[in-house]
Amino acid sequence: MAGYPAWDQDSARTIIAGLAHLEGATLPMLHALQDAFGYVDPQAVPLIAEALNLSRAEVHGAISFYHDFRTAPQPARIVRLCRAEACQALGCEAVVDDLAREHGIVVDAAQAGDAAVETVYCLGNCALGPSALVDGELLGRVDAARIAALCRHGRAHS
Amino acid sequence: MSAAPIRIFVPVDAAALSVGAEAVARAVAREAAARGAAVEIVRNGSRGMLWLEPLVEVETPEGRIAYGPVAERDVPSLFEAGFLSGGAHALRLGRTEELDWMKRQQRLTFERVGVIDPLSIAEYRAHGGFAGLERAIGLGGAEIVEAIRASGLRGRGGAGFPTGIKWKTVHDAKADQKYVVCNADEGDSGTFADRMLFEGDPYLTIEGMAIAAVAVGATRGYLYLRSEYPHAYRTLERAILKAEAAGLIGASVMGSKHAFHLEVRLGAGAYICGEETSLLESLEGKRAVVRAKPPLPALQGLFGKPTVVNNVLSFAAVPWILAHGAQAYADYGMGRSRGTLPVQLGGNVKRGGLIELAFGISLREIIEDMGGGTLSGRPIRAVQVGGPLGAYLTAEQLDVQMDYEALASMRAMLGHGGIVVFDDTVDMARQARFAFQFCAKESCGKCTPCRIGATRGVEVMDRIIAGTERPKNIAVLRDLAKLMTDASLCAMGGLTPMPVMSALNHFPEDFDRPPSPRQEIALAAE
Ligand SMILES: Cc1cc2nc3c(=O)[nH]c(=O)nc-3n(C[C@H](O)[C@H](O)[C@H](O)COP(=O)(O)O)c2cc1C
Ligand code: SF4
Ligand code: FES
Ligand code: FES
Repeated sequence: MAGYPAWDQDSARTIIAGLAHLEGATLPMLHALQDAFGYVDPQAVPLIAEALNLSRAEVHGAISFYHDFRTAPQPARIVRLCRAEACQALGCEAVVDDLAREHGIVVDAAQAGDAAVETVYCLGNCALGPSALVDGELLGRVDAARIAALCRHGRAHS
Repeated sequence: MSAAPIRIFVPVDAAALSVGAEAVARAVAREAAARGAAVEIVRNGSRGMLWLEPLVEVETPEGRIAYGPVAERDVPSLFEAGFLSGGAHALRLGRTEELDWMKRQQRLTFERVGVIDPLSIAEYRAHGGFAGLERAIGLGGAEIVEAIRASGLRGRGGAGFPTGIKWKTVHDAKADQKYVVCNADEGDSGTFADRMLFEGDPYLTIEGMAIAAVAVGATRGYLYLRSEYPHAYRTLERAILKAEAAGLIGASVMGSKHAFHLEVRLGAGAYICGEETSLLESLEGKRAVVRAKPPLPALQGLFGKPTVVNNVLSFAAVPWILAHGAQAYADYGMGRSRGTLPVQLGGNVKRGGLIELAFGISLREIIEDMGGGTLSGRPIRAVQVGGPLGAYLTAEQLDVQMDYEALASMRAMLGHGGIVVFDDTVDMARQARFAFQFCAKESCGKCTPCRIGATRGVEVMDRIIAGTERPKNIAVLRDLAKLMTDASLCAMGGLTPMPVMSALNHFPEDFDRPPSPRQEIALAAE
């Protein structure tokens, strides 16, 4: 998977302008920016505020409310590991322990490396857990070795 | 030779993909090409037998023959065995329709899922699609609303509110603009019916929403989908474009005077956005803080306008009701729970998946007969029903029937129909702690009992798990649970005590164990 281009205020402005006609356009804009750059730079706040006639505080408030939106560049690969009940019943916490003990990968550790494993609650694959989502693809019956390999793969390609 | 190509079905459902369906589809194409066999590979939804995925079917004169679970490496041997004509093979399961799992069900909502090509409007129509909408257009709004009321349909998103009453409120409201909003946040762990329906039969929910729009006089609709479902998102986006291009929705619904413009909007990883007022705030582009009710969303919903908000499965039940009649739907079910319920069986279970049945089957039949017990082979110890805010039941309580009132009478809830099985290695004190931790993380922060209570709950559970002053802390836990139940603004804070208290009351021994080294390590790490 390719890394993201650096933040670019002009293309951000174009993306925002392209969505300004929507009702309740804030989330579509934030998603589109994050899809393009991997995160929503704080410089986007005044642009969105102006386009939608909102205060900066309102835009900032929306960004900070939702778990999905990042305000700093993201690692080249993020593996989202489900840690909700059905995956707990299938041993996802043992996967978390094994990742730390055997592979030196700490789930949800704040870090700026090339790969990260993050907690998510339910991926809708509760009969085939533990589940993970990586690069938009769903994985079932995962174990620590598979997650660790995905993280290494992320590093190799970045 | 120019014989018609043989149709082979390889699911494109995300769960099937999660265990290798894409590689299987490619291998089938490769083998067929290498052998010069004329095949048409259809990417269907999943039949819901998730333990058999990737489940490959071949269309033969005797019907569709299923093989599964198929791995990429099995494909050459399937061709050797003559699976194109339904030949014998170790993975051959028999006719799909005759499999025990399928035969036991009453599929109304899921009747086409796994059967048709999800994005083919022609196949959707050939299997009865758009008959309900056509019928609805011929009726007036009031008559549609009456049909829904008479069917006994209750909201499938969790609260079980009668759908017809909600629609009547919006129908009767006077406004220049009304909205229809589909709640596809499906945040409850252990649930995946909405996802499977979108990936396997996307036009059904679109049709149900269009019927709602015609019924109440709404011209715009939003489908709010959780961002954790990228496959469903792609399918829905394409389905809406195709439905518009075919004139089924858009400026005119099937050539009628009704307009219905529909858009998918993605959530952003917040569980609370499944709560309907929080969802509306989110659609408006705001922090998704829960609104106080009243006003009801039916009267002042999206952008302050009258709004129908229903779960995916509620909308998806509607076309069948219109096409077959309210009474035909009400004939399924028991008591005040009418129709069918798509149950999702997951967690530590041998045969997990999607089961649609009339209300009233017992949990035990589902988990033991259909599910085959635990995947680990160990005894069942606990079963959580109804998502993260639902109760944990014991193995002895499983004779309860799946019905709103029956579960409520044992301080449990049906929710969105998710069933999660745990074996005897589960530690129920840790599950109780998790319920608080989840609430602390996902609380919208509007009210103190939930915002502060959940964090307190984690601390109290930590002390109990660590063995500190247990009797005193268990008393604190009970008080806290009562406070959250009584004083929270919405069911997030109000129902978090349900899993906690059911764990404490049904599994008290887990709250009285010597602290284990594993627990200490885990606590120290957090
Ligand atoms: C914390 C919380 C989460 C909820 N999550 C969902 C959800 O993911 N999907 C859903 O349809 N309803 C969810 N609901 C219920 C909705 O508030 C609402 O009752 C439902 O969308 C109404 O549709 P229905 O009548 O068709 O069930 C949730 C409620 C709460 C309190
Ligand atoms: S109970 Fe929790 S989620 Fe619901 S309104 Fe109060 S703080 Fe928000
Ligand atoms: S609980 Fe993990 S995928 Fe649903
Ligand atoms: S949803 Fe995460 S803090 Fe409210």
